Amino acid sequence: MNDKIYRVILFIAALIVPIVCGGVIYALVTDAYDAFEYFGFFKFLSSSEWNYSEGAEQYGALPFITGTLMTTLLALIFCIPFSLPVALFVGEYFKGKRVAAILSTVVDLLAGIPSIIYGLWGFYTLRPLIMALNISPQGSGILTASLVLAIMIIPYASSLSAEFIKMVPNDLKEGAYSLGATRAEVVQKVVFPVAGAGIFSSYVLAIGRALGETMTVTMLIGNTNNIPDSITSTGNSMASIIANQFGEADGLRLSSLIAIGLILFLITAGINMVGKIMIKRARIV
Amino acid sequence: MIKKRLAKDKIIFWSICILAILTAVPLLAILGEVFFRGYDQLTWSFFTEPTPTAYKAMKAIEAGEPIPGGIANGIIGTILMLGMAAVVAIPMGILCGAFLAENSKNRFAQTVSYLTDLLQGTPSVIIGIITYVWVVVPMKGYSAIAGSVALCIMMMPLIIRSTEETLKILPASLKEAGLALGGNRARVMMKVQLPAAFGGIFTGVLLAISRVIGETAPLMFTALGCSLIRWSIDKPMSAVPLLIWEFFNDPNLQDLIWGASLFLLLFVLVLNITAKYIAKKWNQ
Repeated sequence: MNDKIYRVILFIAALIVPIVCGGVIYALVTDAYDAFEYFGFFKFLSSSEWNYSEGAEQYGALPFITGTLMTTLLALIFCIPFSLPVALFVGEYFKGKRVAAILSTVVDLLAGIPSIIYGLWGFYTLRPLIMALNISPQGSGILTASLVLAIMIIPYASSLSAEFIKMVPNDLKEGAYSLGATRAEVVQKVVFPVAGAGIFSSYVLAIGRALGETMTVTMLIGNTNNIPDSITSTGNSMASIIANQFGEADGLRLSSLIAIGLILFLITAGINMVGKIMIKRARIV
Repeated sequence: MIKKRLAKDKIIFWSICILAILTAVPLLAILGEVFFRGYDQLTWSFFTEPTPTAYKAMKAIEAGEPIPGGIANGIIGTILMLGMAAVVAIPMGILCGAFLAENSKNRFAQTVSYLTDLLQGTPSVIIGIITYVWVVVPMKGYSAIAGSVALCIMMMPLIIRSTEETLKILPASLKEAGLALGGNRARVMMKVQLPAAFGGIFTGVLLAISRVIGETAPLMFTALGCSLIRWSIDKPMSAVPLLIWEFFNDPNLQDLIWGASLFLLLFVLVLNITAKYIAKKWNQ
């Protein structure tokens, strides 16, 4: 096989990626078009009505956008107090030690558990607990979904943060130690400022994960189509409304669901792009 | 003053240790719950019989007997769909990864690399929608083919990335030595670079399989599910995660949830640990 044919074969194989991506965007846009045309783009985004009784069909994405943003934000808040210590444990305090390797393996395994099993665990273990603690009467809701979501994104946030914390140059830390700083002060005054951009970017990528998480949220969020008024109330995320209704939908409702899919795709793609760019910048410094 | 600072240092150290170790608790809790609720369901018939109908299950519950049947239809569906997806995704992913590694400075390759990231970050439920629009609508029905297309799209970016990264960290001298011996680029890739990168690529493939084997959302609108053991790929087909979802929603079948989950979880964890082990061996 000569070089030319070899190059052509590789080129054709590489073409598949742009084709698939183009196809994704094309299919989402053309199938969402009906809903956007019928309701108007901004009206669709800002309407909180979701009514599929025939004749009075009215669809809006606002409750689901709110639901997604609330679950993601809460998951991030719940995840930080655990993922940051894990990153410091692995990347600074026990760097290169056996315990660090064990902990990072265990945390990585969390990333391997299928989301439907997280959903089951949340439904059969966490939900009764929340009911028993009288936090919410029905047990499921934004809070329950976010708690499980937080566990799911810990590995994504902590493993990348640990990488950046490991890369902090030793001479900087030694300089601080020689001035009499304690370890906590070194972490606070040297490690965080140097690795900060990288740590931040790893949380941006973790958000990207949480936004599109489907099964866990579908099983735990309570599946009501209203704007959640508190963190214990039920709701729906963009992914969970699609998972719940896509199978039975047609016509305008199907188009509206695909429109929600398009919005979700754009938000996730945007967040991931920002995260990747930030990682590249953080690596150079 | 110094005492205060040292005390603060100690408090921070211990709270980091405690919080970090607490993070391992969910893994143990989930493993424990799935194991203790599921292990007694894993009998021989659980793997050889298809899912019972809701009516049959209801009868058994009324009679106070264990639910008959198992998840054979799901296991066969998972193997078939994953197999079809892998047959396309592995060679395409390796070739595409090789392209990216060979042309890393080229504008087109950089675009492809960026789009691979985009595809990898796309939520799985959207891959489900896309496959529905592309495959299910033109074929006028749910099918195992549609399910495997969805899984294939999800696997490809992971294989591309691992191939590209592994090929890039190989020493350049390896390729140069091959070329100096008179091999052309294709031969050097096939006989020198890919064999040398085998460990890394294989790890990537295992991780890709373990990622998609538990995926439920993209299969819900593509393969749909089916309670029969079926081999025809143009008809709806079940998969283990789809069955778990079905059992979760059907009060009569809830006894089967934990066995199916335990099976899926063990499979995924074994794949993950094997991948880690191979990666470690290969790095040495």
